[in-house]
Amino acid sequence: MQMTGEYRIPAPREVVWRSLNDPDVLRQCIPGCETVDKISDTEFTAKVALAVGPVKAKFNGKVTLGDLDPPNGYTISGEGQGGVAGFGKGSATVNLESEGPSTTLLRYAAQATVGGKLAQVGARLIDATAKKLADEFFSRFAQVVAVAHEAEPAPATEPPIAPVPEAVTPAPPAAGPADPRPAAPRPALPPLVWIPALIAVIVILLWLVTRA
Amino acid sequence: MAPRDDGIGAAVRRKEDFRFLTGRGMYVDDIVRPGQLHAYILRSPHAHAEIRAIDTSKAMRANGVVAVFTGADMAKDNVGGLPCGWLVKNKDGSPMKEPPHPPLAVGRVRHVGDAVAVVIADSREAAKDAAELIEVDYLPLPAVASVADAIKPGAPQVWDIVPDNTCYDWELGDKAAVDAAFKRAHHVARIELVNNRLVPNAMEPRAAIGDFDPATGDYTLYTTSQNPHVIRLLMGAFVLHIPESKLRVYAPDVGGGFGSKIFHYAEEAIVTWAAGKVKRPVKWTAERSESFMTDAHGRDHVTRAELALDRDGKFLGLRVSTLANMGAYLSTFAPCVPTYLYATLLAGVYTTPAIYAEVRAVFTNTVPVDAYRGAGRPEATYLLERLVDVAAREMNLDPIEIRRRNFIAANAFPYQTPVALQYDSGNYQATLDQALKAADWAGFAKRREEARKRGKLRGIGISTYIEACGIAPSNVVGALGARAGLYEAAEVRVHPTGTVTVFTGCHSHGQGHETTYAQLVAEGLGIPIENIEIVHGDTAKIPFGMGTYGSRSLAVGGSAIVRAMDKVIRKGKKIAAHLLEAAEADIEFKDGKFTVAGTDRSKTFAEVALAAYVPHNYPLEELEPGLDETAFYDPKNFTFPAGCHICEVEIDPDTGVTQVVNFTAVDDVGRVINPMIVEGQVQGGVAQGIGQALLEGCVYDENGQLLTGSMMDYTLPRADNLPSIAVATQTTLCTHNPLGVKGCGEVGAIGAPPAVINAVIDALSPYGITHIDMPATPQRVWRAIQDARMKQAA
Repeated sequence: MQMTGEYRIPAPREVVWRSLNDPDVLRQCIPGCETVDKISDTEFTAKVALAVGPVKAKFNGKVTLGDLDPPNGYTISGEGQGGVAGFGKGSATVNLESEGPSTTLLRYAAQATVGGKLAQVGARLIDATAKKLADEFFSRFAQVVAVAHEAEPAPATEPPIAPVPEAVTPAPPAAGPADPRPAAPRPALPPLVWIPALIAVIVILLWLVTRA
Repeated sequence: MAPRDDGIGAAVRRKEDFRFLTGRGMYVDDIVRPGQLHAYILRSPHAHAEIRAIDTSKAMRANGVVAVFTGADMAKDNVGGLPCGWLVKNKDGSPMKEPPHPPLAVGRVRHVGDAVAVVIADSREAAKDAAELIEVDYLPLPAVASVADAIKPGAPQVWDIVPDNTCYDWELGDKAAVDAAFKRAHHVARIELVNNRLVPNAMEPRAAIGDFDPATGDYTLYTTSQNPHVIRLLMGAFVLHIPESKLRVYAPDVGGGFGSKIFHYAEEAIVTWAAGKVKRPVKWTAERSESFMTDAHGRDHVTRAELALDRDGKFLGLRVSTLANMGAYLSTFAPCVPTYLYATLLAGVYTTPAIYAEVRAVFTNTVPVDAYRGAGRPEATYLLERLVDVAAREMNLDPIEIRRRNFIAANAFPYQTPVALQYDSGNYQATLDQALKAADWAGFAKRREEARKRGKLRGIGISTYIEACGIAPSNVVGALGARAGLYEAAEVRVHPTGTVTVFTGCHSHGQGHETTYAQLVAEGLGIPIENIEIVHGDTAKIPFGMGTYGSRSLAVGGSAIVRAMDKVIRKGKKIAAHLLEAAEADIEFKDGKFTVAGTDRSKTFAEVALAAYVPHNYPLEELEPGLDETAFYDPKNFTFPAGCHICEVEIDPDTGVTQVVNFTAVDDVGRVINPMIVEGQVQGGVAQGIGQALLEGCVYDENGQLLTGSMMDYTLPRADNLPSIAVATQTTLCTHNPLGVKGCGEVGAIGAPPAVINAVIDALSPYGITHIDMPATPQRVWRAIQDARMKQAA
């Protein structure tokens, strides 16, 4: 499966980048996400439960980040085991482009393969389902990020993020302990892109299971 | 005396249909044993992977779970692998590669759907939920799904012990004679084609219940099988090591099989073995998606062939090279399908003097492939009948004319082909003539023109096929590598009041045996059909049997019944001679009466039966009481149904949609016992043949994932894909069985596909299109038209 898409998010690119790497944000936005845990700077695990009709399946996913280029984008790849439903694996390249002071264009190109029941029953449904999940994710994401952005003290007080991030903003002085805003290429967190794909897989699995 | 209305040749309504149509059939899944548990089988999502570890501990603790077993548990009990019933040899005489097939995978999984573990629980749902808790640590390995990929250098290896994924590399025929024929050829016609992979899709998914009686040590397996005795033999002797006397295999009503229920499957062994472990009955029923990834698939050949012709279009020689997909393991009869059931049919109905075929059977990471309705003969027929059409077009000969010139003449029988078979009877000109007339071949040009005005491309196609069924002489198949005999057994038990129960080793899975066999007996013993009961499917009742496949039930099973009836009549004559105080030689048996020849003194069949069981006036010194006879019949030869199928299609050039608008089948199936059943069998076979030609195609992706795993993606023929199929018969009798019958179960699936594709090619001929692979889906046809248009424009 190949999938591409783009979303316009009403927040500055830095904020979007940060959110993309924030497990909490992801947890809120990924449909059916139960946990997102950071294993290392470039590895995460996620548990996602999806229900389609009467069927539920739980995916255990492992996500790895690569080609980190904050705040421009990264590549994430991962695989998820859905037990009886099968498995999915894939990767996605995510790109962030600044379209204005508070508008960011997010583009992704993902490819995924599924196996087992997912492939058997879902091959035909996977594209549509993945798209739907991705839409769901990004609409939530846009909302969460926008709200967070508005809630932010605005450019006045803190220097939240170097507006023109040349990537190497040294450790931000003002950041309190609660604000571990990373300066340097901090391996982003996750599964943004990958997750929609995984999710799609899951959904497909569910479909399969339901249909079986 | 007028012919009976319930005997041979009568269109008797099927006795079994009342219970089927009113929902009173009894299928395996309908059976509920006391204390029955349910099995769910965890299957591999990977086409090829190493199993590094399986953790069943969480599943074991789940609600309702009684046991969880893996391949290691079965190995500990010395459970054997699923055996293969046919040994094919390589060109150099060495045996084929025969890798092990444990019922639950050990160490590696080799196709999506390979069984990994079984959960046994109080309910199906509990077992399924618990299976979610089994953690399998897979290391995915590179996989290969297509035969073409599997033989490439460096291809992933399905088995370490099978170099180049090659199970065997086999040949048949005289290569030198064929090479010489090609040197003399005026023209050589060539074709490369794919015989598409098919999923059988019986209406009833497979199911099995294992039962164990701790008091007696007896095992019972209830299963969806076409041949319960074969399952008892294979599972008892090779897998679970249970003596026949301790193992009963019972297949009640079976809802279709098309070959897929011949084979011994892992689930049968798993539930039987597990029942012994947990000391309770264990039931497993396939879900439809499980059927797709575990029932043995059919066909899957890639073939190159060349036909050498002389100036007049006479066939001089045929050369065939085929790659056949075996799947990941050897299913029960897999090796014989692309060899002895395929290459031996390459003479077709023609006098081709020299034929050479080589077949390479290849392992891939896919579900095992085995016999599916027609098994080998559809592959041979499709290849040959396409190639003949190609030759006709290239040589500017009429497709009818080229066939007529090459037919084996009606007076040439018995006819020895260059590929081992000896045809006993047939009249191919006659079936062709009858079909041409029935299909109004002569009026086609007008219909094509009329269609053209509606913007449709109309085409007509023909196939004149032959097949070999009535499988098979045991000594012959034994010499060719069969590990079983292929006779059939029957017991005719006459009861004291003259009613009869017949026990047959052939097992109906929809063919109407309870009616056809009863007609035989009604005719043979002169008693009403209501007084005859047919019993099949239960090893506890039936003496023995090899089962139902290869259109053998009448030719072999029916012949066994006739032989048993002969014995009954012979003994009846002795009894009647005593009762009538006449010499045995003077007793004639006709229309249910034993008569002293030339007199009106007679005893009815029922009177003789009564005397046999109440032997007060009976020759006890010379004759045992009772009237109950058993016969085993081993056929002398295969039978050779043949016929002519004509198909007309209309193609919408804008969408590529092909509609079959007329279909005519004229088949020589030997003597017809029940014309209504024959018609139904032919129509069903033709429907499957049209399905293969236009709709059905099993697709694996390059990673070995099954993409057509449900009916959403695998297109079975539906009512609106099928025309009204005109069926007629043309009869020459089989010369070597007592009934003169040949068999009708597979002819439709064999004759139809090339007729359909030849019609499609005929319709597309204005574009210069000469070949299209099955299934000729709208996408493929549309694509071919577009490509041709571009070529024409260029």
